[in-house]
Order: sequence, then structure tokens, then C-alpha cells
Amino acid sequence: MSQNHLLELAVEVVKRAQDAGAADAECTIAEGDEFSANVRMRELENLKEAGSRAAGLRILIGRKTGSSYTSDLSPEGIAHLVKSAVELADITTDDPHADLPEPGELGSIAGDLQLYSADIEGLETGLKVETAKRAEAAALAADARITNSEGASFDTHVGRHIFANSRGFAGEYRSSYCGLSTVPVAREGDSMERDYWESSARRFAGLESPEAVGRKAAARALRRLNAVKVDTRKVPVIFEPRTARSLLDNLFEAVHGMMIYRHESFLAGKLGEKVAGDGVTVIDDGTIPGLFGSSPFDDEGVPSRRTMVIERGVLNNYLLNSYAARKLGMKTTGNASRGLTGNAGIGHGNFYLENGVQTPEQMMAGIADGFYVTELIGMGVNIVTGDYSRGAAGIWIRNGELAFAVSEVTIAGKLQEMLLDLEAANDLEFRNSIASPTLKVGEMTVGGK
Amino acid sequence: MQFSDSIFATRFQTTRGDLENYLGEALSQGGDYADLYFEYLLTSSISIDESMVKSAAQGVSVGVGVRVISGERTGYAYSDDLSPEKIRKAARVAACIAAGPSKVDKFDLNEGVRHNLYPVLTAPTETAFTDRVDLVKRADRAARAYDSRIFQVQAVYADNLRHVMVATSDGVLTTDRQPLARMSVYALARQGSGMPQRGQAGGGGRVELDFFLNQKTPEHFAREAAREAVMMLDAVNAPAGEMTVVLGPGWPGILLHEAVGHGLEADFNRKGVSAFSGRIGQKVASELCTVIDDGTINSRRGSLNVDDEGHATQRNVLIEKGILRGYLQDKLSSTLLNSASTGSGRRESYAHIPMPRMTNTFMLAGESDPADIIRSVPKGIYCVNFGGGQVDITSGNFVFSASESYLIEDGKVTRPVRNATLIGNGPEALKYVSMVGNDLRLDEGVGVCGKEGQSVPVGVGIPTIKIDRMTVGGTA
Repeated sequence: MSQNHLLELAVEVVKRAQDAGAADAECTIAEGDEFSANVRMRELENLKEAGSRAAGLRILIGRKTGSSYTSDLSPEGIAHLVKSAVELADITTDDPHADLPEPGELGSIAGDLQLYSADIEGLETGLKVETAKRAEAAALAADARITNSEGASFDTHVGRHIFANSRGFAGEYRSSYCGLSTVPVAREGDSMERDYWESSARRFAGLESPEAVGRKAAARALRRLNAVKVDTRKVPVIFEPRTARSLLDNLFEAVHGMMIYRHESFLAGKLGEKVAGDGVTVIDDGTIPGLFGSSPFDDEGVPSRRTMVIERGVLNNYLLNSYAARKLGMKTTGNASRGLTGNAGIGHGNFYLENGVQTPEQMMAGIADGFYVTELIGMGVNIVTGDYSRGAAGIWIRNGELAFAVSEVTIAGKLQEMLLDLEAANDLEFRNSIASPTLKVGEMTVGGK
Repeated sequence: MQFSDSIFATRFQTTRGDLENYLGEALSQGGDYADLYFEYLLTSSISIDESMVKSAAQGVSVGVGVRVISGERTGYAYSDDLSPEKIRKAARVAACIAAGPSKVDKFDLNEGVRHNLYPVLTAPTETAFTDRVDLVKRADRAARAYDSRIFQVQAVYADNLRHVMVATSDGVLTTDRQPLARMSVYALARQGSGMPQRGQAGGGGRVELDFFLNQKTPEHFAREAAREAVMMLDAVNAPAGEMTVVLGPGWPGILLHEAVGHGLEADFNRKGVSAFSGRIGQKVASELCTVIDDGTINSRRGSLNVDDEGHATQRNVLIEKGILRGYLQDKLSSTLLNSASTGSGRRESYAHIPMPRMTNTFMLAGESDPADIIRSVPKGIYCVNFGGGQVDITSGNFVFSASESYLIEDGKVTRPVRNATLIGNGPEALKYVSMVGNDLRLDEGVGVCGKEGQSVPVGVGIPTIKIDRMTVGGTA
């Protein structure tokens, strides 16, 4: 189906909803093709390939909403979609804040955000399988202790996102993704550990080489071998960029507008206050070309933008969609996010913590005893209270250097105190839509023996 | 339900001949096995926030997944269009995995007997929205009425009705109609200008709407959420380090799901990457522990009449009196390991490749009085509710996060403590189980298990148990 057809269809769905009694309507259509190849122990294991598309509708009748979705884009399917959304407005409540963005707030970033690259669709299956095989082979060849593997995968996704509403917005953009990862298993005596490395990009040429991916994954698995459990104590904790990113995940939840108006975040009511260390600046930017957090408009048709969330420790902005903005008496920050349907939630663009000045090594240098965290597991973070307690693995720092592997421990603290005690190193890299340099928290409780 | 009565036959006019034709196309390049998974899914959800029903949504999706297995290789493709030409195209794409003559020359589709674990006449998804919207309104009122310190309430009611049909080149043809409903309530409490605290509760199953009207009412879940939020207002910092842990009955069974369940999924063991690999017959828990995965319990969230590969679910003994007995198998692993299927092949949807998964995982009751278990602990922690958990199946390290727990001092439950994560090692943790209560309880029906990007509904259960040594991740 041509691209124009789907854009026209979205506009048509909006019009049909209005004909059926909706005062306002928003229609999202998503179309995508996915491919994945998995190899394991040098053999092809899985090949998966398919395309799909679906449409979602949200309508307003007065201040009451109704939402629906369908994978059936036939005329009958669309008629059912409209009827389904309209009938639900009967059971929802008049919500004085339910609305769409103002017409003046709608729009799209001009210019090419480089979200789509045609080279991904043209990749031969054989090349994709070979790329995964090379990554795994590099991991297996890295060291005699890499004895096994959970395999390697090469995935691609090419999609089209269409959005139209009754306030005159109609827009679409294409996106592409490819990702390469491998999960080697290292073994020495009774100790068995796995780890992974992945590289992803909007275009094939943007990937790290398969050999680099394999070698990094192997090095990560190897350094976890023969880990010990340490005694329970309070020490400085350093988060390598991968685990530091999860702190940014937590921070995003804490500045999420819906969490703010419900007083469900420890940062509610803290705008303008010092909430983090002096060197901490956190930005959300949905406008950086080529990155995974970028888009020309958000899921309400508002242009993406750059928002200073925390500037040198001071909380400057929450991330908002139009609903949270109306609830808080503010303006949307263009962070609306939803699947196909329903009231918009809130998402981030490229949400990152800016570089500090120290290298990670300098950051570690003064630490007599500390914990360098390379893996976090579990969901033990309470954004309401800031209570933080997660399972961790990593490397013990002794006299400023990485000394020995540690596992089966917890790290715990309070996010409020951790943020105030936070320092950033200078190794920021945009690998995902959330990015962070190495981070140091002055003191946390490591729970072990 | 017979094939001829299924929605795929009546509404989409699929015939047995079509199914055989698609399977033939799937095996046209060779291969040992092929299957088709048809899915027609209706979903609805209603949510209340600030006492306003702010959202109601419903949707429909349909699709078919085609799989071809050739040795250890799997080819997979799907279509969200059930027209014969689209399904044949998907079959041809899946077929590309194989090369050479097929080992399957003919298939005769037969409908076998299967369970009838959820004889739901009218699925909640098929009832009037006006009946369902009352559930969230009632929950909102009840949570607010529980205590004046409750200042925010959200309640979500969601249900779905999944029609599935599986046809395989082994000759299996099976259909199922799988209703599922769940209610969740979140409450925030605040004392004066202090820090708010959250409580949450929920439940459901493969049930009729009547379940929420007469068995587990919105008021039940609302009061439970409100109680937890209010109770947490007095919580002190959790302790840190190794100590005695007592788990209350029910949802704390998530311990079993993380500590042993995932590690016993056959795909990991076939590949030798699980901490439990090669340990069948070995002692991995104290002899007080017998752990079961049972997909055949009536009306449970984790139950299925047939798994997503068309096999009847069953009751599988994972650990018997401390000895590791078996793995959870899907079609591919059981074929490669030359062992029987355990009815554990599951997938999130038609767009996903099946893999071995849990259903309802629980520990059998022991003989101890739960009160005696608490009394036996001079100093420790008593955990009665949890958020989620996670496991690294290779090292065996797992965590689960307590959302409601208390200190035990001199054999008595004393103060509530703030959220803390517990961490242990799968093949070791259950060796320290020294008492098992006589009060086995299954959870209320909220579990979602994630594996390799696929989510499926599951259940857990456990009696009160005492673990002599486990690391608690507090700060005190």
C-alpha cells in the first residue's frame, strides 16, 4: 500500500469519527516490517520475517473519551473501529482537562532527522546471518574460557508512523533500525557467567563491527568469572554507562508529568529546587538527527524539542504531554507517547546526562574501597518514595583500581540522596534513547554477607 | 469446542483442506515439522484516576504465525491478514529455513481431547461495558473510604478473549477460547505533609464477570491496596545483609518462579547455559521443598487447556523433596532432548515463536503452623507482598522486591519496613528452607512473566516458608 494511502486513511478515520458524533478525534496508524536472524554455536538457529499494520483511534465527545484499535484496515474494520471508540464515550466521565493540543501547538520539525535509511531494507538475508555469525565467532574465539554461547542475533525493523487529528494535523515519518548482539557464556571451574554486547543504528553502516561486538561481549562475560559476595557495608558506587542509564530511566519516571500531577514522584513540587549534584545536567532532546529518541512530532502531533530537565543540579522542567500540562497549568513539552490508541502517555526523546570533566579512571582513583556496577537486576525502585534497592553484579574497586568480580549483592539508597551525591564522568555516548556517562554516587549500602 | 464451531471456521471460512494446504506449503522446502497458530484477540480496558473514568479502550487483532522446524533451526513468519494468499506467503517465508526433502510426507489432522479448565459461557469481554465500568468506580470509592489518609486512587480493569487454533504437521488440530480478566488498584496515602506511600493489589483469572461481583470484589482489592499504603506510612528502613527471611503465603511464590522456574526451562538447559543444566537428580533444595508447575488448575490466570503448540497442559514436578526432577519442555526442546512434551510451549501472540514457559508454579504445603514459623525467628524479616523479580539464569542469581514486609524480633512481627530487594542464588537458596507451612495459597491472579521480549500470564503460589539465610538489600 502506498504511503499516501495510509495518511489519507488516517485523515478519513478522523473524519468518519466526527461524522459519527465525535467533537475531536486522533488517529494513529503504524506499519512495520521486522526481520530477525539468530545463530548459536556457529549455526543458524532462527529466521523470522513478517510485516504488520494496525490503526488506533481516540475520540472526544464533550470531555469524555473513547479509544479503540484494529488490525483490520478494511472498510468494515474501519467502521468497527469508529463505532468501538464512539460507544465507549458513554461510559467515561467528563474530565475538564481532557482535550487535544491547541492548533497553535501542533506541527512537525522541518528537515531530515535521518530516522530512516533505505540500506536496511536492501540487506540480503545471507549477509544478516553472516554478520550475526561473525559476532558470535569473535566472542567464542576471544578466550578458551568462552565455552558456550546463547547465540547472536541480527534484527532489523523498518516502519512508518502516521498521525492525524481533527485540529488539522496530519503527518508521517519513516524509521529504520538494525541491531547486532551476542551473548557468550564464560566458564571456569564451577563459575559460569554470561554477558552481552549490542550495537544498534538507524543504518547498517552505523553498526560497530561484528568482531568488536563479539570481543566486548566476551570481555564482559570473562571479567564476571569467579565472583564473590562481599560483606555488607557502605561504600562509593560507580555505575558504568550501561547501568548508569538505568538511573536515568528512574529519573525519567520521576519527572514524568503524570507522576507529578498525581504526587506519585519524589520530585513532585520540586521545580526550581536543587535536586542533584552541581555537575548534573539532564536534557531531553527529541531533535538530534539519527538517534533513536528523535522524531519530528510527538504522539499528539506536537513538534519534538529540547527540554532542559535538570540544569547544574536544579530541577527546571518536567516532561509533559498536553494533558499533564493542562493539569499542572503548564505547556506541553512535546513528550506525548502512546501505542496505537488510548489517552496519550509520556515518553522521552533522547534523555541524557551531560558529560562531566573527569575520566572514569580519575573518578575511580581516589576510592579505597568501592563498587563498580556492571549489571543491575530487579525492579526495586519506588519513585513515590525514592527508595532504591536492586540486585547488582560488578567489580570491587580497591585503591582506585578494579580488583575482583562481585555478585549476588544488592545496592540500596534513596534516589533523593543519590542524585545530590551524583558526579558524572566524561564518556557519554548515545547508544540508545537514554544515555549517560559513567556516574558515581558518593555512598550506598552494598548488601552482601 | 470443535474446529467446525471455531471462529476461524465460521467467520474466516478456514477449512481443514486449507490448513493442510498451508502446512504443505510450509514444508515445501523440507523440514521436520510445521505448525500454524491462528489467533483472534479481543481486548478491553477501563481505568479510573482522580475518581474520573478517564479512559476506556477496546480493540481487535487477528493473525496467524507459521513455523517450520528443520533440525535445530526454526523459520517463522506471520500475517495479520487471514486471506489464503497471505497465509501461503507467510508459509513460503517460514519454509526458507529448510533445504532438502521434507521428512513429513502426509498429515492427517485430528482433534484430540483436551481440558475444560475455564468453562466460561460469557467471557467478561462479551459483557456490557456499563457492568464493567462499575468495577473501577466501586474500587475507587472503597479505597478512598478505607482511610482519610488515602489521597490518590487509580484502578484499572482489563480483560481479553483470545480465540486460538493450532494445526501441526504431527496431526494435531486444536482450538481454544481463552478468557482472561484482571483488576488492579493503586492507592497513595499521606500523613500530613509527609512522604506519600503506595499500596497496590489486584487479581483475576480465566473467569466470568461474576468473579468480581461475588468472589473477589473491587472492594476487596481496593481495601487491600489502601491498607498497604497506610501501613507503609510507619515503615522504617529495611535491614541490609544476610538474615532469616520468612515469606508469607501466596504471591511471595514469585521466589520459585525466579529462583528455580526460569532456570528449569528446557531451552536454557538444552543449550547448557542454565545454572541448573545437568543437575537432574541432584539435590537443589531442602527435602521440605516440592515444587510443581501446573497448567491445569481451574480458572487460574496461568492455566491453559492446551499450550500454544496444541498440547494439553499438565502438572509437572520440578523439584521433589529437594531433588531436581525435570525441565519444562516445548516442542523443539523435547524433540532435540528426546523427551516428552510437558505442555509448556507458550508464546505472547501469533507474531512470536513459542518457547518453554511456566504456567502456575508453586510449592506444596508442609506441616508447620505458620505462627510457629514466625515464633522460631529471633531476628529476621517477614515478607508478605512483592513487586517483581528477575533472574540471571546462567549465574543463577535472582532477585525479588518486597513491597510489604516487617521486622521479626524475638519471634514477633513488629514494624513494617520500606521496600527492599532480596537476592539469592537459584540452586542454593532453597537449600536453606528449614520450615514449610501448612497454608499453601495461590496468588490472586496478577502475574505477567517476561522472557526474551515475550509476556505471558502466569500464576505462583507458596505456603509460609522460613529461609535461614538470604541477603536483604536494605540500608539499615
